[in-house]
Amino acid sequence: MAYSEKVIEHYENPKNVGTLDKDADDVGTGLVGAPACGDVMRLQIKVSDEGVIEDAKFKTFGCGSAIASSSLATEWLKGKRVDEAETIKNSMIAEELNLPPVKIHCSVLAEDAIKSAIADFKQKQAAKRALQGG
Amino acid sequence: MAPTLPIYMDYHATTPLDRRVLDAMLPYFCETFGNAASRSHVFGWRAEEAVEVARERVARLIGADSSKEIAFTSGATESDNLAIKGVAEFYKDKGDHIITSAIEHKAVLDSCKRLEKQGFKVTYLGVDKQGMVSPDDVARAITDKTILVSIMLANNEVGTVQPIAEIGAVTRKRGVLLHCDAVQGVGKVPFDVAKMHVDLASISAHKMYGPKGVGALYVRRSKPRVRLVAQMDGGGHERGMRSGTLNVPGIVGFGRAAELATSEGEAEAMRLTTLRERLAKKLFQIEAVTLNGHPTARLPGNLNVAFSYVEGEAMMMAIRDVAVSSGSACTSASLEPSYVLRAMGVDEEFAHSSIRFGLGRFTTEEEVDYVGQLVTDKVHALREMSPLWEMAQAGIDLKSIEWAAH
Repeated sequence: MAYSEKVIEHYENPKNVGTLDKDADDVGTGLVGAPACGDVMRLQIKVSDEGVIEDAKFKTFGCGSAIASSSLATEWLKGKRVDEAETIKNSMIAEELNLPPVKIHCSVLAEDAIKSAIADFKQKQAAKRALQGG
Repeated sequence: MAPTLPIYMDYHATTPLDRRVLDAMLPYFCETFGNAASRSHVFGWRAEEAVEVARERVARLIGADSSKEIAFTSGATESDNLAIKGVAEFYKDKGDHIITSAIEHKAVLDSCKRLEKQGFKVTYLGVDKQGMVSPDDVARAITDKTILVSIMLANNEVGTVQPIAEIGAVTRKRGVLLHCDAVQGVGKVPFDVAKMHVDLASISAHKMYGPKGVGALYVRRSKPRVRLVAQMDGGGHERGMRSGTLNVPGIVGFGRAAELATSEGEAEAMRLTTLRERLAKKLFQIEAVTLNGHPTARLPGNLNVAFSYVEGEAMMMAIRDVAVSSGSACTSASLEPSYVLRAMGVDEEFAHSSIRFGLGRFTTEEEVDYVGQLVTDKVHALREMSPLWEMAQAGIDLKSIEWAAH
């Protein structure tokens, strides 16, 4: 199958590949997908005290479209407030990368990864607050 | 010296035409263009003569007693359909049971599935971890209702060469017909319909440096005489087995390709085995790489390996200047990982990480060395991007994680 130029660009020069400290309070980690299905995405965000995502990293096991979707997601996340980040939809990723129908699931996975990372961050914050409150 | 890009390493999918084949074909387009079925003039006679020479050559390649046992078709898909459906229809009063394997080509499997809808019973034999069908399993599966066993000579994905001679000994003894889809193996590994007791065999020109759109079905004429019902109605060409005007230039090319395979096949197989082992040696220096298929009973040009923690399609994209094939779901229209690898009991994650390298007549040592190094570099690069690799390096057992299947 032919890839769009944007997929190739992200695939060849992926942005924000890497790892953040998953145990840090200000880091949220989302790990979605399954090896048996052929794609696993790990997306991490680092959030400032003001609630702004100051860093985002990913690692992805998957096809070119999955790698491009996660690379794009990290780019979009950086600089956004957490509540803004929650509005990123898979359709926006699919449209930006010009994904063909059979690759839409890659963008769905990226949206899941974002949601999962944010949920993890919020859970950590809640636990922290509970600890401080107690 | 750097080889010219792109590099073709997908010889199981198709092969380029050998120049010598093209030279043989050319006169049969504009000059000797007659219809081989025209019995009343010289144009027809010349075309028929050329077809008969080709028929002899194809017969010789597979050890057939007579060229009358060769029926030309449009390709191996048609040959498989004709063999299986044609035999089933002819022998349906004798029995309704067919035996095949789970790793056959879709042309065989889907022909069997259609017969099942018509009331036939089909046994799909499993294979071992190396992709081998057991002759004992064939023997055990045969009942007094069995009319046909269909097992391939060599698998197109993992290259495993099946014990056809042993299976042939079983089917002959039990009085059951044996069809062999010999597309991938013929001209590359020993194949002889007489010695192996094969009763029907499908072959294809474009897998052996001949043109696309031409194939043949071998149908044994004596001991036993195999009968089948034609699946294409019309002028009764090819002894009534396959109607339709013969593709004379294609058949001439097929004949020349068969002649080349007969005279050069053995030397070529040795050369390809050496090249394949050279590539394997390089790739197995990488950590966590597994071979799919059989270590020795294998097509000379086939190397199928799983690069763990790297997804196959991403790998293919990383080596875009090299044409290979993958067992990954993402490369198939169905989004299902390879049914062949699954039938062999290969874990799905390995299936997604599998790449098939197919070497052939025009593959060079320079190409093999270039590809070996390129793949090595890209596996390392993609693993740096792989969360699974990072987890494995940290000592996390990936099987202990509850993955949310999607």
